[in-house]
Amino acid sequence: MAYLWRKLGFYAVALWAALTINFLIPRLIRGNPVDIILSRFQTRQPPPPEFRKALEVMFGVSHDPLWVQYFAYLRQLATGNLGTSVTYYPAPVGTVIGQAMPWTLGLVSIALLITVGLGVGLGMVAGWRRGSWLDGLIPTTTFLAAIPYFWLALLLLFFLGAGLGWFPLNGAYDYAHVRMGFTGDFIGSVLCHGALPALTLVISGIAGWLLGMRNMMVSTMAEDYVVMAQAKGLRPRRVMVAYAARNAVLPNVTGFAIMLGFFVGGQVATEVVFSYPGVGFALLQAVGSADYPLMQGLFLIISVAVLAANFLVDLLYGLIDPRVRKAG
Amino acid sequence: MNDTVLSVRDLSVAYGQTRAVRGVSFELGRGQVLGIAGESGCGKSTLAYAINRLLQPPGRTTSGEVAFHPKDGDPIDVLALEGEELRRFRWRRVAMVFQSAMNALNPVLSVRRQLHDVFTTHEPSMSRREREERSRELLELVGIDPGRIGAYPHELSGGMRQRVLIAMAMALNPDVVVLDEPTTALDVVVQRDILEEIDRLREMFGFAVVFITHDLSLLLEISDHLAIMYGGRIVEYGTSKDTLLQPRHPYTVGLLNSFPSLRGERQALHGIPGSPPDLSKELTGCSFAPRCPYAFEGCHTHEPELDSIQDSLVACLQYDRRLHPARPDRRLRERRFDHADHEVIS
Repeated sequence: MAYLWRKLGFYAVALWAALTINFLIPRLIRGNPVDIILSRFQTRQPPPPEFRKALEVMFGVSHDPLWVQYFAYLRQLATGNLGTSVTYYPAPVGTVIGQAMPWTLGLVSIALLITVGLGVGLGMVAGWRRGSWLDGLIPTTTFLAAIPYFWLALLLLFFLGAGLGWFPLNGAYDYAHVRMGFTGDFIGSVLCHGALPALTLVISGIAGWLLGMRNMMVSTMAEDYVVMAQAKGLRPRRVMVAYAARNAVLPNVTGFAIMLGFFVGGQVATEVVFSYPGVGFALLQAVGSADYPLMQGLFLIISVAVLAANFLVDLLYGLIDPRVRKAG
Repeated sequence: MNDTVLSVRDLSVAYGQTRAVRGVSFELGRGQVLGIAGESGCGKSTLAYAINRLLQPPGRTTSGEVAFHPKDGDPIDVLALEGEELRRFRWRRVAMVFQSAMNALNPVLSVRRQLHDVFTTHEPSMSRREREERSRELLELVGIDPGRIGAYPHELSGGMRQRVLIAMAMALNPDVVVLDEPTTALDVVVQRDILEEIDRLREMFGFAVVFITHDLSLLLEISDHLAIMYGGRIVEYGTSKDTLLQPRHPYTVGLLNSFPSLRGERQALHGIPGSPPDLSKELTGCSFAPRCPYAFEGCHTHEPELDSIQDSLVACLQYDRRLHPARPDRRLRERRFDHADHEVIS
């Protein structure tokens, strides 16, 4: 329990730091949109103060002291108000993100779980049976991982989507024929549209997990406790899972945490290639049209998600490695 | 009762080109303690692993046989065991206490889980309650508070971990326990406790022990028979008493002179200069010859056989009447091992 509280305390501080940085960075940038627009009028007569005032209200530029702005910002966050998106005007940023997030989470979490599960599982067996045909998987998957991701995605889209017609070409579901809701049609359509993006993520991501797990297995198997487990006459499966893999997987859990961070931010390339309406797609839109409120909102959500994911993995790590529970 | 529980005949083990164990034979009597001593790299641990079929590739037994003789029933050819049979043989017949207690326990499983594991695989009929009861009994047996059963290895001291390993080895009441340097990582006081523990348990359960260490002084105390290994072979074999009172092989003499005797007269301590042979190369002659103060020409060309001299077995050409017609060197008989002296004379 003390472990949990200490972790919670740490993450509370980290969250506060993330929020504050997210607040400061846009305000540290020199100039503001109002000045940029006003400078265009410089050659003529000076603009009336009301004009400037109107622009400032429109873009949310404030002359209050920084700390007043800071508390106003925190208050707004507490009420869930992230401002108004310029691109999707007049939709609030919160709504835009709220619509994009489920798609990203659904696609990415499923793809990630398959990648890690398959990679770690195969890596475990490949390490256990070192020198078997499973070792042949490693160069193959490494080759697939070496292909630039967007190109791999385009190739698969071209051959499996356009060529063979097995998968739809874009979108998250069939917008024209299916209505959103908990119906068999809708779920089928979502799965069908998500399959190809997920497949490309799995293909390009599996090599690292496979190779990492296999090599950790090989070095763990030389540990005395694995030999001891064999000497104890335990069943090979038990030795492999509880003695070798259980220890070999620890570095992969850390890798998983880092990965989660990247993934929640949306796979920009995937979502762009497949026109998948997730967070990465929204981020591209925001950058393309200089939509600062949306960008700020997305960065905020991403950093919070990274923290949340790391927190979860920290808890998981404490569960699988008793040594971590006691330490520092 | 002096029948044999484990017999090893002409066992050889190789790691690729390296011949780590070369034609080792010995017999272990039921309830007896056999000590195996030698420097690092002499093949003693490899021998222990080979007996229990734990060699990891590229290590493999190249020749010889290991036979286990159960109290009732036919001898078991250990090297021929495969799969389930091998799995059942392990731990029930031959249990092992590993070199470093630090690494021999799985760091992520509690002591409870690791003890229970033995029972779940070997005694599937036991209930959870019985397993827990037995595990606690075992801990109590080796002097650990059974309340610590939920502890993880990193929460225990080195001595306690070693005790846990010993408790684990007792779990199925095995016929033979192989102790591979069980006290090497411990300080002398704890070493003493562990040795007494092993002795006490042996009297209680009557298992035979193969005790492997580089510390000859330990072995002299606890073992009935002693095998001295050098370069993958046994160079001297006899009862501990005979070996202590009348060591024959120059290497044994060297080892005995390298630690002080508590009650004996004051004398200069000597190491054995040089280093063990490179077993990956083809050896001609006696592998100890390059370091031996008593080596003569024949030693570099003839490999000595293990021959009996009175009650001991010794592999040394100094005792070979054909190649060395004179009596063994006087200084060897006087148990001296002194290179400098030797060089001045010759």
